[in-house]
Amino acid sequence: MIEALQFEFMQHALLAGFLVSFAAGIIGSLIVVNRMVFLAGGIAHTSYGGIGLAVYFGLPIFLGASFFAVGAALLIAGLTMKKRHRMDTFIGLIWAVGMAIGVIFVDLTPGYNVDLMSYLFGSILAVSSEDLYFMGALLSLILVVVTFWYRDILAVSYDSEYAGLRDVNVKFFYTLILILSALTVVIAIKVVGLILVIAMLTIPVYIAEKLSNSLFSMMFLSGAIATFFTLVGLWFSYTYNLTSGASIIIVSAVSLGVFLLFHKGK
Amino acid sequence: MSVINIKNVSFAYDKQMILENINLSVEEKDFLAIIGPNGGGKSTLLKLILGIIKPQKGSISVLGKVPSKSLTHIGYVPQNTNVNTDFPIKVIEVVMMGHVGSKRPLFGYGKDEVLCAMGALSQVGMEKFAQTKIGALSGGQRQRVMIARALCAHPQILILDEPTSSIDITGQKEIYELIKKLNESITIIVVSHDISVILEYANTAAHINKTLSYHDISDKKQTFHTHGSDEHFCEIELLQMLGTDSCETCEPETLAKWRETK
Repeated sequence: MIEALQFEFMQHALLAGFLVSFAAGIIGSLIVVNRMVFLAGGIAHTSYGGIGLAVYFGLPIFLGASFFAVGAALLIAGLTMKKRHRMDTFIGLIWAVGMAIGVIFVDLTPGYNVDLMSYLFGSILAVSSEDLYFMGALLSLILVVVTFWYRDILAVSYDSEYAGLRDVNVKFFYTLILILSALTVVIAIKVVGLILVIAMLTIPVYIAEKLSNSLFSMMFLSGAIATFFTLVGLWFSYTYNLTSGASIIIVSAVSLGVFLLFHKGK
Repeated sequence: MSVINIKNVSFAYDKQMILENINLSVEEKDFLAIIGPNGGGKSTLLKLILGIIKPQKGSISVLGKVPSKSLTHIGYVPQNTNVNTDFPIKVIEVVMMGHVGSKRPLFGYGKDEVLCAMGALSQVGMEKFAQTKIGALSGGQRQRVMIARALCAHPQILILDEPTSSIDITGQKEIYELIKKLNESITIIVVSHDISVILEYANTAAHINKTLSYHDISDKKQTFHTHGSDEHFCEIELLQMLGTDSCETCEPETLAKWRETK
């Protein structure tokens, strides 16, 4: 493993793993406490439409996926504020339509033979320098938002009705959380793939929630736990020649099982 | 001086009339109990007073202004305090959400906010739990924290929606004793199903079932002596009585005074 660190792709993988895991820990915490896991799943799968479009028009993948995911986030935010009781139906619909668009545009692309699996299950060993800049910029943005608007985000997440009575712009922060989730999902696709991204956003958070008594500590503990899972998963992936995304998720799930076993008595 | 003035207010969702021609005035330091059947419009009336929704007809003034302008002087304790108990948040953070102030620090919370929240917590006897996770408290303790959150804004009016619905009997009594103490300086409005409990503490009662009937119940024995024994009231009998537009004792003075305001 040590000799592998000399390779640039491995250094990129480790740095990407750290950046994405921390972003996923922070945003995953917000997704879980706001009960938006299904929404995040919808956004993740819809973003495949953006990948398809980007491939067809020859644009950078991150760009296409980001625009599509943010569009889906805005659409879902608008729908959930208006038609709350039919929300699950709409999200299911957006979810499927997004993927369908992606598949059709990939079909239409002449001579296309990029590995579809790498977007579904991640390809952390193929992270470029541009990808790293994008990930670093997003993590910085997330850190700025949760630092300066911590109290508003906390108020909206804990009790949105009361936050509204105290002049907090609930709709704005709700939409902001969804947009950040969309962008985080896009960078997480590179690491674990869009099918497994939900596990990365929820498993570390679930463990951290049990160990924290404030949202702040939950976010940072989740980030640390997610980073640990990613690094261990990466090691397994490298040593036994397994798919990196799936290895990270299995490491997370097994750790969760062990955690629950020992935590139950408390 | 009346702190809340509701005149000829009607409200409908789509075409279904929820409240019809409601008139109500709440005086300073009143302890008003709002009672009535489910779906009778109690919560709608609260939302109107809080300015969350606007009436289609009539006018509401709270402390002489439209409701949304006087929000900072109203303390509100919502109904379900048992939701989101897994949320990782400390008691003091919950209470500080209630703080009202124009100045706020760049990040985190100001010293005045912490002090104010601790003051509110000690008012409800929960200062020892400031650093405890909210989920670790009992239902009654959590309700006290929610009251502290409302008090953090130094309200002139405190509105509580079903404050004891998820608390055991002893806890209920403690909560009402606390509210009674707060009533020495604050106007209280309580929406509740616990009719016999609420009547022990309230001095006025409004029964809402689309329309509103108002009763001065500050002298309980006089009001209720015609209905069974003094010590125990049958709730059904009480509800029927408060639901009608007149009861024997309210008829002469209160109702006359009431009609004047219409």
